[in-house]
Amino acid sequence: MIDKTDLWIIIIGLGIGSFGLRFVFLGLVGERPMPEWVLRHLRYTAVAVLPAIVTPLAIWPNATGGQPDPARLAAAIVTLAVGYFTKNVLLAIGSGAATLVGGLFLLG
Amino acid sequence: MTEEAKSAYWQGFRDGAPFFLVVTPFALLFGVVATESGLSVIEALSFSVVVIAGAAQFTALQLLLDNAPVFVALASALAVNLRMAMYSASLTPHLGRAPMWQRALIAYFLVDQSYACSIIAYERHRDWTVPEKVAYFFGVITPICPMWYAMTLLGALIGNAIPPEFGLDFAVPITFIALIAPMLRTGAHRAAALASVVLALGFAWMPFNLGLMVAALGAMMVGAQVEVVLRRRGLWVDP
Repeated sequence: MIDKTDLWIIIIGLGIGSFGLRFVFLGLVGERPMPEWVLRHLRYTAVAVLPAIVTPLAIWPNATGGQPDPARLAAAIVTLAVGYFTKNVLLAIGSGAATLVGGLFLLG
Repeated sequence: MTEEAKSAYWQGFRDGAPFFLVVTPFALLFGVVATESGLSVIEALSFSVVVIAGAAQFTALQLLLDNAPVFVALASALAVNLRMAMYSASLTPHLGRAPMWQRALIAYFLVDQSYACSIIAYERHRDWTVPEKVAYFFGVITPICPMWYAMTLLGALIGNAIPPEFGLDFAVPITFIALIAPMLRTGAHRAAALASVVLALGFAWMPFNLGLMVAALGAMMVGAQVEVVLRRRGLWVDP
């Protein structure tokens, strides 16, 4: 169960922080360019953070008490493959969801 | 608004309209997952209105569910949003001279879709004045952002009606994988993602989800280093 105080700290903190990130150059820094090495690291934030969140969830899912689960693993692999080759996010989600529902149905 | 600004606004509206199809399912999903996680309708909607960034919202929610400490959940979600600072820097040469209140509103509405549409349009219409560029930006978000709120609300309202057998616990992982996969365009991006996976598993033993922070920082450095090497060898292609 999520603690309500934690939740509101997150909502408000994330709101302020996200606005800050969006406003920092437009509003405050103006047209001064950022150092190249900063931009180079920023380019990889999404691909550095999201896989680290997803991998443990895919291999040790909460729903099975942390036991690897063939239906969820298959769904993860199908989503990755479809997303990588088609570059179509919604198609990847659809394929992954279909694999998951099919897998859960077949494997119980 | 002048005639020119009106025309730019409607052009933005037309360019933003197709993203309706992308934003709707994400917002619905967030609303559903949020209520399934025990959030009230008001809390789910507040999340979307205050934060207005899908991947960061899902990240924060997932980490709260995993009982991660608040600072880890907050830092991770903000890390996911670091790209917004890049968008802000990239739009500043075009919009930096707009009035402050407009820049503040633009910052609030700066999301993946409004950035992508605007930067392409501004490169194409180099003759546009600042008011035309501002009007275009607000045109793009008109069909997108109100949808984000409305569909989160709808998702939150129907969320409790979806039975657990559907494997909804896995909606967030699938959504994240689908978001990451098309980003793996260069060797540097692939190396960063691979490093992220390996480090996350290798440091999963750390308390308070700190392994996630280690993995994210390590993977960013790997990505940046691979880019440097590829550039030095003349193999870098701008994504």
